[in-house]
Amino acid sequence: MTEAVMEPKVKTAPKIVEPTIFNLSSPGRTGVTMPASDVPETALPPQELLRADLPLPELAEVDVVRHYMHLSKFNYSVDSGYYPLGSCTMKYNPKINEDTARLPGFLFTHPLQPIETVQGNLALMFNLQEWLKEIAGFAAVTLQPAAGAHGEFTGVLMMRAYHKSRGDTRRTKMLIPDAAHGTNPASVGMMGMQVVTIPSDERGNVDLKALEAACDDTVVGMMLTNPNTLGLFDEHIEQVIALVHGCGGLMYGDGANLNALLGIVRPGDLGFDVMHFNLHKTFSVPHGGGGPGVGPVGVAAHLADFLPEPLVGVVEDGDDAQPPLYGFVRPAQSIGRMKAFHGHFGGGFVRSYTYIAMHGPDGLKDIAQYAVLNANYLQARLRDTYKIPFDRVCMHEFVAEGRFKDSDVRALDISKRLMDYNFHPPTNYFPLIVHEALMIEPTETENKDTLDAFADTMIKIAEEARTQPELLHDAPSTTQFGRMDEVKAARELVLCCWLPDNYKDE
Amino acid sequence: MTYIPISPHERDAMLETIGVKSLDDLFEAVPAKHRFPNLNLPPALTEMEAMNELSGLAQANENVRSDLISFLGAGMYNHYIPSVVDHILRRGEFYTAYTPYQPEISQGTLQAIFEYQSLMAALTGMDVSNASHYDGATATAEAVNLAYAQFRGKRKKVVISPTVHPHYRAVIRTYAQGMELEIAGDEQSLVSNLDVATDSTETLISLTDDKTCLVIVQYPDFFGRVYDYTKLIDAAHARGALVCVVANPTALALFKTPGAMGADIVVGEGQPLGIPMWYGGPSVGFFTTRKSYVHKMAGRLVGETIDNRGQRAYVLTLTAREQHIKRERATSNICTNQGLIALGTAVYLSVLGKKGLRQVAELCYQKAHYAASQLSQIDGMGLCFTEPFFHEFALCVNRPVKEVNNHLLDHGIIGGYDLGQDYPALKDHMLIAVTEMNSKQDIDVLVEVLSEVSHD
Repeated sequence: MTEAVMEPKVKTAPKIVEPTIFNLSSPGRTGVTMPASDVPETALPPQELLRADLPLPELAEVDVVRHYMHLSKFNYSVDSGYYPLGSCTMKYNPKINEDTARLPGFLFTHPLQPIETVQGNLALMFNLQEWLKEIAGFAAVTLQPAAGAHGEFTGVLMMRAYHKSRGDTRRTKMLIPDAAHGTNPASVGMMGMQVVTIPSDERGNVDLKALEAACDDTVVGMMLTNPNTLGLFDEHIEQVIALVHGCGGLMYGDGANLNALLGIVRPGDLGFDVMHFNLHKTFSVPHGGGGPGVGPVGVAAHLADFLPEPLVGVVEDGDDAQPPLYGFVRPAQSIGRMKAFHGHFGGGFVRSYTYIAMHGPDGLKDIAQYAVLNANYLQARLRDTYKIPFDRVCMHEFVAEGRFKDSDVRALDISKRLMDYNFHPPTNYFPLIVHEALMIEPTETENKDTLDAFADTMIKIAEEARTQPELLHDAPSTTQFGRMDEVKAARELVLCCWLPDNYKDE
Repeated sequence: MTYIPISPHERDAMLETIGVKSLDDLFEAVPAKHRFPNLNLPPALTEMEAMNELSGLAQANENVRSDLISFLGAGMYNHYIPSVVDHILRRGEFYTAYTPYQPEISQGTLQAIFEYQSLMAALTGMDVSNASHYDGATATAEAVNLAYAQFRGKRKKVVISPTVHPHYRAVIRTYAQGMELEIAGDEQSLVSNLDVATDSTETLISLTDDKTCLVIVQYPDFFGRVYDYTKLIDAAHARGALVCVVANPTALALFKTPGAMGADIVVGEGQPLGIPMWYGGPSVGFFTTRKSYVHKMAGRLVGETIDNRGQRAYVLTLTAREQHIKRERATSNICTNQGLIALGTAVYLSVLGKKGLRQVAELCYQKAHYAASQLSQIDGMGLCFTEPFFHEFALCVNRPVKEVNNHLLDHGIIGGYDLGQDYPALKDHMLIAVTEMNSKQDIDVLVEVLSEVSHD
């Protein structure tokens, strides 16, 4: 059964659970109004430069609040429940972060203000650069990239610029393991480079023979997630890096899984040349329903000159009486600017700074240790019920197969059934090298009771799959909404709504 | 402090279930010589201490609400944000939710994005909007990717007006590094000799040829001027090229839409729509286009459908364009949108609505024009353009802008952006932005202090 096959087929008009903001509009209703002008009036420009109509909705404030409150209740969230979503690190988002990010000194500063008036912002950015360098073992960090994928793109641009600066122009191939996130090859595709896929071996490590065969003087480098998307730390990581370096390539680390490494090992110490951080995963910036992310990039010393501009630096040294003056500096061979301004300061840097400051070195190590403890505990509890294709001590996540012998139940059905028990599903169908993958990342912020309840439910669902598979095929049944007609959405492509046709202006 | 809810007793029970003795035993795959580094970081703070430290940093700034009067814009604007916006953004159901890949339990996020898309399409006069990009600059760079893909890489030239925001032009050049793209129109020679008195339409038209995939202009342009680009758009279309207009969303409440001029893509910075400046981000880049280009558009897209109970619902759609399916053949590697910020924008537009947003735009227009008329009367100062403008204008101050701005700062005022940094022909010119947040009194103080400067 695919998602497209839906019973019953609905022919009548769909039932509206919550009208759109446009449907709620009523001519002449007003919400927030603005003060009258306090300056002498200037004539507006000629009519032909003006718009005739502004077809936005008209509502009172209470209408808007009720509408969005209704919508909020249709969402699952970390604040309301458990999200064992592999590769996404859906940890608890501390409430203090919401308050520090909204301090007026941060909210109401303009990115182009004179540096003398924003020393607090610049000190925060400078320290965050320093802390990220220390945590991951790099020589320099840019905070500018807006998300993990943006950081990857930044990193690949720097790798290209590095080779080019050495007159090494033959390098066009990027080595990417078969377990990689889709953003890795997509970032490389944006650069016009070719992707060479490297298989995994039977223990979930990079296949060293295949890697060795692929390493030559046309290799830009390798993009590796470690621990990988199976949740496994590569047992030959030093050999992998030595092979890539040996052919003149650079080693890119996808920092998606850095939560497992805090205080455990620094990627820079292992020999990674460049890595992006996902502050929205590792350092508790909330996911916001899909963004904003935050994707700083760290580099080893030989790549520091290629970082995007500008970086925060000390422009005048301090002394006993005076703090240093922070300002902006331009790396000598910068790849350029990745974003209009300095990155996701308020939503990203302030929250991450708060989080790192509160954890300190020991707290960071606790994060990784308990994230790994929780993952191994769940793996141990589920091992007898679900096949774990690469079964060894995992890091912060593991991947199980969501299928059973002599059953047509798929990973998708298990996921949807979990919703009936008020759990968010694990990541499905990724990584691609596991059949019917269920990728489970508990994070460190779940207690044993929650993990046990989740494991018990998973075991119960496996039993249901054998005895009452229709419960899984029809799931979810207890949620406000059921399975979606994805084909209809793509075929009809209704992407916007408007004020109703008969809408009259007052 | 940490947020780990596991007691030592529970930890030991879990270790026993796993079959290892200690937490450290879980990390044997990590090379021993690099295992468990000592991190040289400040010791952990409690919540109270962290709040003190962060408050101290925030107070070390001078902000444009309580400390300084600001006339700085150049891509980010100081607008009033109704209280309701942040109240909605603080709902844990929104801000702690993940990307809505499981639509059954994500309809709140999905419908909100669908409404954001609808509001942005209505504002720009276009057919469709995606779920947003990182910011205005990266949205503009994605417009280049769309146009390049639309012609399957056969048209390799992009014509860009020198009056597009300098940072946006820089980002486009960064993005284009691997693309074998020719970028014309804003070469250093053209920017240096920019004849600011004349409209650059004719130059842009002459540069547009049958190898051009995209022409990019800004509306209002970087100097605040408002042009009807219809003629330029028609000329570009006659040569087969697409046109992208980088628009200020507040201006669109008042001025003719790029959609009505025939634009193919309208992008821009959504920050003016209810998002704090936050020292530069996060904000939201909007991206709207014609329905015919939707398959080449990057980024997430929410579409309407029904669920198996016959209820109207929303899903992420056309996902086959995206990186997790297409991998290296994807047009873009993007895999987030600015979800929460887009929600803030939707709430802002909903609560201001048709009348409120127009009021904001008219207040900006009125106050900027009052400021321009007062400032242009100061001896030795003057406007260098005569074209209609919205809420920003270039003022010649006849001496180094840095000097003038230092003087203004001594009086608690942040002056305008120094245009000489990017446009040598506009040495000694500052770009002044005025919004509804500037009272007549603020403007009069600016005029007074600048008058003193001119008499120094």
